[in-house]
Parts: sequence; C-alpha cells; structure tokens
Amino acid sequence: MLSYALRTLIRMVLTFFVIVTIVFFATRLSGNAVDFVIGEGMTTEDRDLLIKYYELDRPIWSQYLAFLRAFTDGQFGLSFIERRPVSEMVLERIWPSTQLLLSAVGLTVLVSIPLGIAAAIWRKSWIGSAVMVVAFLGYAVPNFVLAIVMVLLFSYWLNWLPVVGNGTALHFIMPTVALAGVLIAALTRFTRNAMLDVLGQDFMRTARAKGLPENAVILRHGLRNAGITILSVIGLQVAGLAASGSVVIEAIFAWPGIGDLLVSSALRRDYPVLQFGVLTVALAVIVINAAVDLAYAWADPRLRHTVKG
Amino acid sequence: MMNPAVPAPSAPAAALQLWRSADAIQKAAIVIGLSLVLLAVLAPIVAPFDPNSQSLIARLRPPLGFERAKAGHLLGTDELGRDVFSRSLFGLRLTLMLAGLGATLGLLIGGTLGLLAGIVGGRTEASIMAAVDTQIAVPFTLVALFLLAILGSSIEVIVLVLGLAGWEQYARIVRGEVRRLMKLPFIEAARAAGAAPLRIAHRHLLPNIVSPLVVQFTLALSNIVLLESTLSFLGLGVQPPTATLGSMVGIGRDYMPTAPWIVAAPAMMILLVTFAVQILGDWLRDGADVRLRAR
Repeated sequence: MLSYALRTLIRMVLTFFVIVTIVFFATRLSGNAVDFVIGEGMTTEDRDLLIKYYELDRPIWSQYLAFLRAFTDGQFGLSFIERRPVSEMVLERIWPSTQLLLSAVGLTVLVSIPLGIAAAIWRKSWIGSAVMVVAFLGYAVPNFVLAIVMVLLFSYWLNWLPVVGNGTALHFIMPTVALAGVLIAALTRFTRNAMLDVLGQDFMRTARAKGLPENAVILRHGLRNAGITILSVIGLQVAGLAASGSVVIEAIFAWPGIGDLLVSSALRRDYPVLQFGVLTVALAVIVINAAVDLAYAWADPRLRHTVKG
Repeated sequence: MMNPAVPAPSAPAAALQLWRSADAIQKAAIVIGLSLVLLAVLAPIVAPFDPNSQSLIARLRPPLGFERAKAGHLLGTDELGRDVFSRSLFGLRLTLMLAGLGATLGLLIGGTLGLLAGIVGGRTEASIMAAVDTQIAVPFTLVALFLLAILGSSIEVIVLVLGLAGWEQYARIVRGEVRRLMKLPFIEAARAAGAAPLRIAHRHLLPNIVSPLVVQFTLALSNIVLLESTLSFLGLGVQPPTATLGSMVGIGRDYMPTAPWIVAAPAMMILLVTFAVQILGDWLRDGADVRLRAR
C-alpha cells in the first residue's frame, strides 16, 4: 500500500510539473504577453517599462526558472489589470467555488443514486425508461441554457430567487441546480450501469436464495458492491465535470469563485491571473484524482497489485 | 480501395436496414439530425434575410403571431433589428461546421498518436500515454479558456481548441484496439510476409478499428457542439457580429426579460443538435457492441 501511495504521489507531482511547463511555454510562445494588454496610446517607453517589470526581456530559460522559483517563495506576480498579487486574487475565491461544488455534488449524489438504482431494478418497466429519458435530456441541455431558463422563470417572472452573488442560502439554489443538471445525468447512468453489473452476479442469487428480503439484497449486497465503482466515478468524472461546468455557472451568476475569475481574466487577457488560476484548478483536480485513486486502492486490495502507472 | 474481406452491401440497402433497426426515439433523432444538417447547408437559400443586416426601426420585434410582430420576421428580431430566424440558421451552420472540423481534427491527432503508440510501443507509447493522462487530468474548459485568451479567438484557433478537446479519447481507443489486434494471427502473418508497418496499419489495422472510431466521433461531436456553444456564450468564441448559436444565447441573455425569443430559437437548436447526436451516438454504440446486442 505504501509503495502504491508513493507511486501515486510521484505521478501526481510529475503531471503537475508537465502542466506547469506547458502553461509557461504556451504563454511565452504566443508572443510578447505585454502586447495583450497594451492599449492604443501607450508609448514605446511604457511598453519597455512593462516588459522590464515582468522580466520578459530575459532569456526564456531564465524566465522559466524564475517561474518555477515562484512555487518556492510564493511570489506569482501581479495582475495586469488589478495590480494585486494573483495568488491573493485566486486564493480568496477558492472557498466560494468549493461551496458551490460541494452543494452541486451533494445534490447530485442525493438525486442520482436512488434514480440509478430504480432504473436498474425496474429496467424493463416504464420507470426505468422514464429515468433514462430524463438522464438523456440532462445530457443534452447545456448548463448555461438550463441556468438562463431558470433565471427567466424564477427571477424575472416569479421574482422568487436572486440572480447575482452568493450572499444567502437562496443564492445557492439556481447555481447548484444548473451545475448539478449534467452531473445528475452522468451519475444516474453510471449508477444504473454499476447496479446492473452487480445485479447479474452469482452472490446476488445466493442472497435471494437464502431468503433475504429483496430490499436487503439490493441494499446490503447490491449497493455495497456497486458503491466502490460509484464512489470512484464521483471522484474522477463528476469532479472534473463539475470543475468545467462551474466556470460557466459562476460567470452567469457572478458567483465570486475561481471560474468567474478565470472567465473575466480570459476576456480581459489578464494572463498572470489566468495562468495562476488554471494551475490552481489543475492542482486541485490532480490532488482529488490521486486521493480517489488511493481510497479506491485501499478499498479494493486487488487494484494495488495489478499493473498501474 | 475497398477491403475485399468485408462484404459490402449496397449503400441504400444498408441505410434501409439501419433505419428499420431504429426505435421511435432513434428515428426521431435521425429525422431531426438530418433536417438540421440540411437547414445548415441550405442556410444561404432558406434564410429570408442577411443574418447581419440591421434595421433600427424593427428592433426587438416578437415572433409572428404576437402583438407588434413585423411581417416576414418569422421568429422576431433581435436588439439590432436582425432577423432571429436567419441568424439562427447561419449560427447553426457555423456551429456544425466548427464542430465537424474540430471533431475531425481530434480524430486525426488522436488516431495518429494512438496508432503510433500501439504499433511502435516502448518509450514513444509511454510518452503519448503520459500526454493522454495529463490531458484527462485537466478539465478541458480551462485549457480552452487559456488557449483562447493567449492565442485570440480566430476561427483557426477555435478549430484547434475544439480539435484538442477529446483527442485523448481517440488515442486511447486506437491504442487499445491496435494492441489487441497486434496479437492476432493475421497481423503476425502479414508481418511474416514482410509487410511494412505502414502497410499493416493501413490495410489491416484501420479497417478493423473504424467502427469504434465512428461511435466515438459521434459522441465527441455533441460534446464539441456543447463546448463551442459554451465558449461562444462566454464571449470567447467566434466574435460578433458573426452569429453562432452560443453567442446568440450569450448576447440575447441581456434582453431576456423583455425579449425571450432572441434566446429561445438558438437555445432550442443547440438542444436539438446535442439531443439528436447523443441518441445517434448511443444507437451506433449499441449496434457496434456485440455484447450489448445480446442483452
């Protein structure tokens, strides 16, 4: 287990290092970053000053080393536009994003797992088909369309819910549902398939044969065995989908999270913020993936010993 | 060149057989999908107005049948007096075109790398698969935001970004299939007969991995339509005044309380496209997967 954990950790660090390198070179190769923000009317002297300030006149390898050094001393530079440290701008937005993510994933789990189990048990009846049609629609409706339809309905027409910000519990409702929509579709399908796999196993027949009531068979033997797969799907796929989705949802609802910051930075071409924000989210996703991987290996010893990585 | 080993039924007969095997929802998806493609292709003929021509006296008119509607504007007009129906058609055209190009680019990149990884093996394979793992580790919306911000939102960059979305799935599928096939006797025989790696890839491997690739292509297409719409919606896609479905929804959002029709038509089209493509993708997958067919 320990060597497996170590290997996971090394892979994690390597992946992050590759991403850092790609992000660095992608920004530098695309031209002089200063030109992104230079407006009309800026003199050549101003431009030279900016280039000197951001040390863009040094050779690229020395810039790369300086970029890497930031990870040890925490000096990631200033935003082009707000003139504040990018680390401060990004870090203060982590908590709102986490809140939104947790509530969306929580809602997803509460809705999808019962639905998925129902769809698996009553696969052949109309219940199973109905659940799958809903899951299909959830897949096809883009989250931003779901979001603006809700805004139109609940904010403009019915005047029940606030649109912008994250001040109260009411503010959570629409962003959470909009973000959870596609996650629910995805997780319901996964849960159904995982349950279907388990339902066909021999030990399920044994459990029934020894006279256990159907509920106990499904919960104690079915769900517990499908549970590991479902948990890993939540960690690996659902977390990734949520991270992608929250970018849009936060931008729509002006949610003060990282997604909103990334979109506005991309639109304003504030690349120091964008760079640091992308790296932060990438790191978070890598850490979550590794944690899920380890939890999975801990729960299922067979995995540790098979070829992995 | 046709592969003589595969019996080829005539194209119309095969299509008819496919149509018969579809259920009601799948038939609906086929009809919707074909009509959308047809509308997109024929947009310049079907559209009653130039999608970008403005008319200040005909701003924010509702669709026909509502009060204040202006004759000729079937789905109403937007904030600049442009015809919503015409813009939706051209938006659909551009969205489908971008998605098609992006999915094809992804197929080419991913397919080539997967083939390379599967045939060459060793260090090449390890580094390609490491790239695949890295790509999977980062939510793609972030990659797209980043690339569009630093490279700008030209059509070429957008196609590149859409092409990079999902290449890793093709690479994984192709590599897996190639590794499976390489162990089979007929490849061994070809190699023993002195066939060069390129010939093996072209003659023996590709015909055998076409069907999983077609399935993946269809599934990827709906993801790419969604990604393109999302980016355009955020203002990072094709720049105005050119319409894509996503940017129409993004800009129309500001007028939603008073003029919901500006958003309704393009949003509905995005929905129909993704719905049709998803159903078709699933249908193809079930058809291609022998294990599922038996269930």
